[in-house]
Amino acid sequence: MTKSVFAAVSAVALCAASVAVAEPKAEVLHWWTSGGEAKSVAVLQQEFSDAGGTWTDMPVAGGGGDAAMSALRARVLAGNAPTAVQLKGPAIQEWYEEGVLADISKVAEAEGWADVLPASIAAHMKCEGTWCAAPVNVHRVDWIWANADVLEANGIEMPQTWEEFNAAAEKLQAAGIIPLAHGGQAWQDATVFEAVALGILGPDGFRKAFVDLDEATLTSPEMIAVFDQMRKMRGFVDPNFPGRDWNLATAMVMNGEAAFQIMGDWAKGEFLAAGKVPGDDFLCASVPGDGFLYNVDSFAMFDVDGDDSVAGQELLAKLVVGQSFQKVFNLNKGSIPARTDVALDDFDSCAHLSSKEMAESSDNGSLLPSYAHGMALRGAQSGAITDVVTSHFNSDMSSQEAVEQLAAAIANSL
Amino acid sequence: MSNRSQTLRPLGSWLEHHLPKVVLAPSFIAVLVFVYGFIGWTAWVSLTRSKLLPKYEIHGTIQYERLFAAPRWDVAMNNLFIFGGLFIVISMILGLILAILLDQNIRTEGAIRTIYLYPMALSMIVTGTAWKWILNPGLGIEATVRGWGFETFSFNWLVDPDMAIYTIVIAAIWQSSGFVMALFLAGLRSVDTEIIRAAQVDGIPTWRVYTAIIIPSMAPIFLSAFIVLSHLAVKSFDLVIALTGGGPGFASDLPATYMYAMAFSRGDIGQAASSAMVMMGVVFTIVVPYLYSELRAKND
Repeated sequence: MTKSVFAAVSAVALCAASVAVAEPKAEVLHWWTSGGEAKSVAVLQQEFSDAGGTWTDMPVAGGGGDAAMSALRARVLAGNAPTAVQLKGPAIQEWYEEGVLADISKVAEAEGWADVLPASIAAHMKCEGTWCAAPVNVHRVDWIWANADVLEANGIEMPQTWEEFNAAAEKLQAAGIIPLAHGGQAWQDATVFEAVALGILGPDGFRKAFVDLDEATLTSPEMIAVFDQMRKMRGFVDPNFPGRDWNLATAMVMNGEAAFQIMGDWAKGEFLAAGKVPGDDFLCASVPGDGFLYNVDSFAMFDVDGDDSVAGQELLAKLVVGQSFQKVFNLNKGSIPARTDVALDDFDSCAHLSSKEMAESSDNGSLLPSYAHGMALRGAQSGAITDVVTSHFNSDMSSQEAVEQLAAAIANSL
Repeated sequence: MSNRSQTLRPLGSWLEHHLPKVVLAPSFIAVLVFVYGFIGWTAWVSLTRSKLLPKYEIHGTIQYERLFAAPRWDVAMNNLFIFGGLFIVISMILGLILAILLDQNIRTEGAIRTIYLYPMALSMIVTGTAWKWILNPGLGIEATVRGWGFETFSFNWLVDPDMAIYTIVIAAIWQSSGFVMALFLAGLRSVDTEIIRAAQVDGIPTWRVYTAIIIPSMAPIFLSAFIVLSHLAVKSFDLVIALTGGGPGFASDLPATYMYAMAFSRGDIGQAASSAMVMMGVVFTIVVPYLYSELRAKND
């Protein structure tokens, strides 16, 4: 009796073990928990289980990813990292330096990622030459959104230069319309700031200032001009802006209370969700000036033990960059696919514009990482810049003083 | 049998002697590890260049130098002194006045006491959110008064970088003055009624009874209220997050929100640890003299 029970138990155990080896599994830590985002992740989850994998979902909401990062830190310190984690920009390399990321070059080379991803985006996915992360999407940050009816009623075209923008804003102000819908949160101040900086410094100046942290550029007269323009922008914002969430600012553009908003293309999701039609109800254009600022979400792959986990990681990496996921996910999320060979037939006109300009700027070297969204710099440096930007925007600090503080804050953050 | 009772008796007397220690040991060890152990750990980390994950290689006082060079930390510390000073003083004055008024043998004392004490039962997040709406110029007091026809009325402290910290003071006082009132009320009731009656027989006016007899004899209560309020002030975090989010800009940052930003948003654990150590220093400068005076009083 005991013998047969023992035999049965070990048979079951053997079965379980063999199943586990055969079945790829992945535990995925992310903070895509709101409506459209959660739907987008569900797509990946479905594809993963269709391919025979077991997906353990680990969504950690809160604090724009801060809560998820705390969870990740605890897991890594406990020596039990998740298979894949929603990470982006230099944070990937920061974790690599802690020695906890896996090498997924095998998948990347088999799938030919290098050929389908724009070079500067591919560079973010590599850790000292090996692939360690998989890109999910490309959000463009330097968008300017406008209410089509308001512009038409006031005889205003989409501005091509910052002078035109200022002229348009003054005209709107005289007509009793809030020119710029803005929420006074540090990251939103930073989003407007980098859009202005890209326009005034140009792509090369932007790279020198916010990627290389070149002190001469940071204290140049052009940078003073950037802060001067920010001071003007402050005058175009309504008095109740502090603390406002970005989607409420988008709603102000939607209902005609305000004319423009400078925000990444997640704002498009708000317009579309309200049933507005791009080109008809609302307009999208890149902010005055050349260049393209991207914010790329990606999954960083952590070192995991066990064949099933490694198999799961490889399968996940393959699916994430695969054509079908890139298309479905980005349709849900409002961004565009990171790979350049996805057919965009089902996407809207703003996405087409985004994709076209991404290809152009990739060719002429003006495809740049967004500093405000943690793509260009590490947390300490980008945080130091944001502190100065938001402090200048919310006080009567002079542009000269702001530039001096900028250089000092960056030096102090290193 | 006799053998067993012989071994049991020493065990029994050992237990009798050591039972208090045995019972207290787990909590003692927990406090030792989780309070003092982690204070030591934070002190260590504050001397390193830890970024995303803690590292243990000592780099001297670099984090403290960075901390004191950061304008944002200056703002946070200034705000702490403004907030702490006003919050403690006004809460105590208001609490004392409320307690004295309640002490006049009024009929509905129980109900009124509960009403004033009730804000203490709310979480700071709720207080902060409610006051955010009340103080928002577009929704709250300013909009209401303007709606009554006073078009030039302005009360926009919440969105004014120079005044935002005072909105936190208002909300914190609203939350805590009822609690201070309860403390003082207990203090007022504990004053010897014989002395008060004797004073009344001598025809001393009520206000003199309060200023010359009752309030001076409540000194220990003042001290307790001060200690409770000052540590509430130093560790204030949730109220700021809910009410202003540290804004506009970082104009209403407090040390606790600075530490949170460094540790959890910016991956700068060394910097966060050094700011935590400075915060602890502030608490110690308040608490240590208090403990010292308490211990000395006991020894005398």
